[in-house]
Amino acid sequence: MKTGVCVFLAAFVSLGASWCGFVLAPVLQLGGAKQTVILQTTDNWPLQRTGDATLGLQVYRANGCAACHTEQVRQTGMANEVTLTGLGIRKPEDFSAFAKSLFVLPELASYTNAIAASLNGWNGALPKTLFITGDNDLASAMADRLKAAGVKSETRLVATGADIARGWGLRQSVAADYLYDQPVQLGSLRAGPDLANIGVRVPDANLQMNHLYAPKSVAPNSTMPSFKFLFEVRQKINGAASPDALNLPKEFAAADGFEIVPKPEAKQLAAYLLSLKANVPLYEAPFTPAK
Amino acid sequence: MNPTENKSCCTNAIDASLRVPLLALFGGAAVWLVVGLVLGLIAGIKFHAPEFLAGCPLLTYGHVAPAANDAVLYGFCIPAALGVILWIFARLSQNPLALPLVPVVAAHLWHLGVFIGTAGILLGGSTGHTWLEYPRAAAVILFTAFLLIAVSAAATFGWRREQTLYPSHWFLFAALLWFPWIYSTANLFLNSNQAPRGVVQPIIAWWFANNLVFIWLALVGVGIAFYFLPKIAGRPLASYGQALFGFLALIFFGTWCGIPQGAPVPAWLPTVSSVAAGLTLLPLLAILIVTVKTTCCANVSCKGGSFCFIKFGMMSFLVSGILYVAAACPQYSRILEFTWFGAAQTQLQLLGFAAMILFGAIYYLLPLVMDKPLPLPKFAKLHFWLAIAGVLLFIVPLAIAGVEQGGKLADANVAFADANAVALKFLRISTTGQLLILLGAVLFAVNIFIMTIQWKLGIAKTVIAYIKSPLETSEVKS
Ligand code: HEC
Repeated sequence: MKTGVCVFLAAFVSLGASWCGFVLAPVLQLGGAKQTVILQTTDNWPLQRTGDATLGLQVYRANGCAACHTEQVRQTGMANEVTLTGLGIRKPEDFSAFAKSLFVLPELASYTNAIAASLNGWNGALPKTLFITGDNDLASAMADRLKAAGVKSETRLVATGADIARGWGLRQSVAADYLYDQPVQLGSLRAGPDLANIGVRVPDANLQMNHLYAPKSVAPNSTMPSFKFLFEVRQKINGAASPDALNLPKEFAAADGFEIVPKPEAKQLAAYLLSLKANVPLYEAPFTPAK
Repeated sequence: MNPTENKSCCTNAIDASLRVPLLALFGGAAVWLVVGLVLGLIAGIKFHAPEFLAGCPLLTYGHVAPAANDAVLYGFCIPAALGVILWIFARLSQNPLALPLVPVVAAHLWHLGVFIGTAGILLGGSTGHTWLEYPRAAAVILFTAFLLIAVSAAATFGWRREQTLYPSHWFLFAALLWFPWIYSTANLFLNSNQAPRGVVQPIIAWWFANNLVFIWLALVGVGIAFYFLPKIAGRPLASYGQALFGFLALIFFGTWCGIPQGAPVPAWLPTVSSVAAGLTLLPLLAILIVTVKTTCCANVSCKGGSFCFIKFGMMSFLVSGILYVAAACPQYSRILEFTWFGAAQTQLQLLGFAAMILFGAIYYLLPLVMDKPLPLPKFAKLHFWLAIAGVLLFIVPLAIAGVEQGGKLADANVAFADANAVALKFLRISTTGQLLILLGAVLFAVNIFIMTIQWKLGIAKTVIAYIKSPLETSEVKS
């Protein structure tokens, strides 16, 4: 490193290499990405958002919701979920006894606690998840035994991991899910819950707006800030509430004779939140959807 | 081996040539530092009391949090670093600053850009990409201003009288190339009307963030430290070979870091980043060895002086680098991703490493440039202790909060609200740390302002004296 030219070349080559790798290559590999097909269907994924939801993404961006929320579900792996769907002629107690008789099988040893716990106090409601295993052979062996015993069962492919168990999604998020997001709001901090599937979890636009107006009206200890400024407090016209007005619990509601009405931004934001769903199986993130 | 620089007759002329540009760069930087830390404090308080300023749409959490980070990085770190780079380049070249008017204009442009950017974020005009939130107009201004300063630095270097190339040169030179490249790429792709679709956006944003917050700051911070440490210690930089290895390995491996391990992108991207992060330990180690060898036997009494600031900065650099590498490890990333841990690492990089080194450098060079001692040296000392206590109180609990929160989030039996509550306890201590850092920054700003005002008064006096004296003589003559 005796001359400035050497330094310049070293810097140029190293940054240029990572530019080719992390800018150029992804643009070439993914820039032309198109919709994919939902597994075992002919439907396309993802769908374009409606106009309101597209505008809502801009409200989400402008208010920096991504400072506290991620839109990305992670999974640790895949597993088989063995579920009872029909008892045939058997009674629930019979079945419990039968299931416990299987506990002597060595390959089932590590699942006996889970099965016993799930059958404890079971009143016969179906479908009933028996256990979850990463071992495909064990799952099919178990299905055979159940069939032989005259009960109906189903083995479903499910994703595993804490995010899934929290109900934040049915599978991990993949690149295809973000095709139409402009800008993509992955987020990097979970100060609030993940929102990749909030449209599945809380499909009620009014509840979403109540929450945006007064988070504590929905989650009592919420640390989410209120987005009051997306709403308007108005005097009721002739004492009648307008159809848009929020229906809030007493301590959050407006004074008598007044009502709280969402501005267009709040409606768009709610539409965007309802559009957040990544709940279909794809080739790169398969699972067995519920019927 | 090589001394820091050869002394020549014209040190005073060199320093004087930098007076106006550096005051413009540092003055604005000090303001943005205070603004950024105040915004950061507001964001911190909002976590404990969500109702705090809730009625003010400008100051909603999603505005203040990114505006605070950007003000510290773009408002303080970059212009302050550019000022120090100009000074070091002029000193090492043994040449007065070339094109001295250019950086003065550029400094004002730069601060205008940061103003527009900050206002843009607060008004809801953020682009939505981390570290690239500034709207287009601000980005164009910042890019232009940076280029202007880089031109002046390059010209100073090109017309140098002293031919030796020092290790500081490598790092700072690379930094001057780095920023225009990454900033233009990221903005052209993400801040244009035809942004690429889908996850290409976050990939480019991660590449940019890594190359700015990790690599650019590392180049600048280490480059500056490698100039000042030997100078203050009065001995040459130890081990040229290790410094060279550190530089090359940092730019060759470090630039590939930054794609999070759990990202929903083709698997080769995070894998490459993870391997690169592992390899980045090598330059960290090399830089540590050079630093320790240079400073260990130096007999410098250091009671809150520049030497301490810079040494503390280098320690933070090492810790921050290790945290960065740890978070890129797939096993740890599963726990640490999406927690406060990432924020702790970033803030350590900004406030514990870059800002500390810049404080040290500015306290050292400003009295030389202004040809006047610091007006309030006690403030500078107090600043040091406030800064250290603040950084420790801010970062350590935040990192622990991240680990705790991550552990709880990974266990689906723990309710989300409980995981959040655990983190909040630690965040309370962090907010105290933020307050101390802010107090220190105010002391720093006060010193710079008094110097600026003294200088302006001095000019005014000369001007008045000048206006008065020729009048008398001319009257006599005519
Ligand atoms: C300061 C951090 C913060 C910001 C900013 C923030 N949130 Fe939240 N959010 C939270 C927290 C904490 C919760 C969990 C408690 C609750 O439900 O209120 C939450 C919960 C939610 C939920 C309910 C999630 C569920 O699983 O039921 C939605 C929807 C939501 N936020 C949307 C938003 C939107 C839209 C924005 C931007 C306009 C936003 N949040 C901004 C912290 C934040």
